[in-house]
Amino acid sequence: MEVLIQILNGVQLGLLMFLLAAGLTLTFGIMDLVNLAHGSLYMMGAYIAWTFIGWTGSFVLGALLALPATFVLGMLVEIVVMRRLYARDHLDQVLATFGLILFFNELVRAVWGPDGKSIAVPGFLSHTIQILPGVPYPAYRFALIAAGAIVAILLAWLVARTRMGMLIRAGASNRRMIAALGVNIELLFTLVFGLGAAFAGLAGLMAAPIASVRIGMGDDILIVAFVVIVIGGIGSIKGAFVAAMLVGQIDIAGRAFLPDLLKTFLSPASASAAAPAISQVLVYVLMAGVLVWRPTGLFGQRP
Amino acid sequence: MTEPLLSTSSLVKRFGGLVATDDVSIDVEAGEIHALIGPNGAGKTTLVGQLTGNVRPDSGTIHFDGRDITRLPTHARVRLGLARSFQITSVLRDFRAIDNVALAVQAHLGHSFRFLRDARNERALRERAWAGLKAVGLDERAGVLAAALSHGEQRQLEIAMALAGDPKLLLLDEPMAGMGAEESRDMVHFLRGLKGKRAMLLIEHDMDAVFALADRVTVLVYGRAIATGTPAEIRANAEVRQAYLGEAVA
Amino acid sequence: MRARTIVPALVLLLFAALPLLTQAFDQRYLLSVGTRIVIWSIAAVSLNMILGYGGLVSFGHAAFFGIGGYAVGILSAEGIESGWLQWPVALLAAIIWAAIVGALSLRTRGVYFIMITLAFAQLVYYLSSGLEAYGGDDGLNISRSRFGLIDLRDKASFYWLCFALLCASLWFCSRFAVSRFGNVIRGAKSNELRMTALGFPVFRYRLVAFIIAGALGGLAGILLANDGAYVSPAMMSWVKSGDLIVIVVLGGIGALYGPLWGAIAFFALEEFLQPILDLMHKGWGEYWQIVFGPMLVLVALHARGGIDSLLGRADD
Repeated sequence: MEVLIQILNGVQLGLLMFLLAAGLTLTFGIMDLVNLAHGSLYMMGAYIAWTFIGWTGSFVLGALLALPATFVLGMLVEIVVMRRLYARDHLDQVLATFGLILFFNELVRAVWGPDGKSIAVPGFLSHTIQILPGVPYPAYRFALIAAGAIVAILLAWLVARTRMGMLIRAGASNRRMIAALGVNIELLFTLVFGLGAAFAGLAGLMAAPIASVRIGMGDDILIVAFVVIVIGGIGSIKGAFVAAMLVGQIDIAGRAFLPDLLKTFLSPASASAAAPAISQVLVYVLMAGVLVWRPTGLFGQRP
Repeated sequence: MTEPLLSTSSLVKRFGGLVATDDVSIDVEAGEIHALIGPNGAGKTTLVGQLTGNVRPDSGTIHFDGRDITRLPTHARVRLGLARSFQITSVLRDFRAIDNVALAVQAHLGHSFRFLRDARNERALRERAWAGLKAVGLDERAGVLAAALSHGEQRQLEIAMALAGDPKLLLLDEPMAGMGAEESRDMVHFLRGLKGKRAMLLIEHDMDAVFALADRVTVLVYGRAIATGTPAEIRANAEVRQAYLGEAVA
Repeated sequence: MRARTIVPALVLLLFAALPLLTQAFDQRYLLSVGTRIVIWSIAAVSLNMILGYGGLVSFGHAAFFGIGGYAVGILSAEGIESGWLQWPVALLAAIIWAAIVGALSLRTRGVYFIMITLAFAQLVYYLSSGLEAYGGDDGLNISRSRFGLIDLRDKASFYWLCFALLCASLWFCSRFAVSRFGNVIRGAKSNELRMTALGFPVFRYRLVAFIIAGALGGLAGILLANDGAYVSPAMMSWVKSGDLIVIVVLGGIGALYGPLWGAIAFFALEEFLQPILDLMHKGWGEYWQIVFGPMLVLVALHARGGIDSLLGRADD
């Protein structure tokens, strides 16, 4: 069942996108911060994991070490740069975070070298499992889906049931108010940013065995993450989830089925060249459509 | 009896469970000063928003100068002669006072798809801008950046900008807000001078001003217009006294 | 105020004489740098119109580069080499694209606007990398546009054409800034709600500004394509859009000559940071962006009026 496999791939991509988008939509919604460097944190997560995996020889151990490292890195970035940007207008934020992207890309090049790295799929996950009789699916991808789902549920629980989550939701809807309530805003922002960074890093290291680890790997996917949160509505985790799932399905379906569709009226060479371009375009068409219908996204705050 | 200049018919606006505008039908005659009063949260701002076009009513209609403007966008209503001044001063802070008014005039003098000619040299814009500033007594401060004007002067500039297009109806959203006693008196005096030439819908908390200026008063409580009449009638109205005036006039 | 008139005049004079100077001192490389500065200045002028004067943070402006360039490139590849035919078509393409993107994006605000313009640029970027027939990711070598009057292959002639177009752009921008139209655009940047309340259909004016800026950006793309006789998707990567924003902000938001200062500073940084770093420690020069990145952060945090503000207060 080709379709089932592609749907699962779409879910897997969607969950990955959600991890990336969740942190982004939080910093947008609560801190009103345009953070272009979020993709750099995705990249750092993958590179740091590569280093730890190399040291420990174990994928799981390396990943477990990389997560808090990315969390700390995120908090560092917040303290050094981001917190000075909250009061600035979006243009300044775009400029500053753009500078951060250049910085991180060069840093990675200086420390890890210009060549891409690869992280192997961990041994215990390199087989396939039969999700249905006769339908094999890579175990690693399945693990990704499981991990992504767990994180999504955890995040939903965090936001809905914990004190911090309540502060996050309150902050997303009225920033000034939570400051007036005597909450330590600075600490909250640092933690939220760090959390977002950890999620991004997690997405980066989980994607690495499938996608590769290279300089600038976060930059292109960052844009898709932005599209996701625009579709879902800035500041809304639920929106980010729904939009990420939508985008995941469309992207995968486009890649999987578009070439064959195009081959019916184009030459095979043109079809396989045009297909990825068009499937990328589909996502933007979706975004344009959503914005025409709802200018602040599916679950965004109405102005 | 001629048709009123502005009239709303059964206007309703809900925000979730809250009914901000509850079946409101009011009207403003040409040339009259009509005051809208009510306690905080009564829905005055929402009502004003629907009149200017910033808020879309859930049901009901709005007519202005014989036309149905319920669905008309804000800028189009302004072109028809419905001007407003803002409760929180909203001038163009980076522009000088004279340029603020000139821009307001520009909106009513043809289109602005002119790219090459220096607008500062347009005699018509200049003269009307000066006249507008003079009328509110700001001509001495013409070259000052709006951000550098005092609060009271900014309020005056607001009014000058609203008047620049020679509007038929002026929507004044708490023009006295934040003004001291003397400034308020000057503003009342100025507004009284406009009486008859233009209609005004005045939203105000300052009761002295309201009773000094208004021909008619409408009282809004919890989104409903509970009474409309002359200031004297409103003062005497038992329901109004209980709901609102009782607190202020005590 | 004196510096404000003298410095631009001197700089423009210098640029006007550049081919002669580089010839005299046999610094042909400087002429090609100069050409790129001029072309990027034109692009920055176009972005300054909507970003600097209008407050519209468009993060997809490089798309116009690409569209102008690719239109010329594709026509050239198909055998249509006459500039008289290519350039109007390329400009028209840029105008159409600007109209579409503008119509869809200008209804959004703030952060949404930034993202949606970025997304549209990405769209064009991916489309162009999918064009296998025209080089795909690797780009396409093209031959320069042919005009009967001048030969664009002659570096000096080409430079002077670009310079003339830069002067024309600056002239137009100076008129635009104080025109009725410019007043509306600047007023909307200052307080959009107020402008609507005054009776201006702000969306319409912004759309027209966006289209004009797009056309001018397309012109820059045409020139860029002719400069290197080459087009590639990299012309319209989001990095290029970011670079353009950097140039405009560095030079001075909403300042007439800001784009020129910004372009000069940007290229100067690129040219000089490397050797300076190499001087400090051999081999460091390669990683000049490690310094450039944080510099941008500092500029964002501290440089209020850009380089232009160094020339003294602007006079209205």
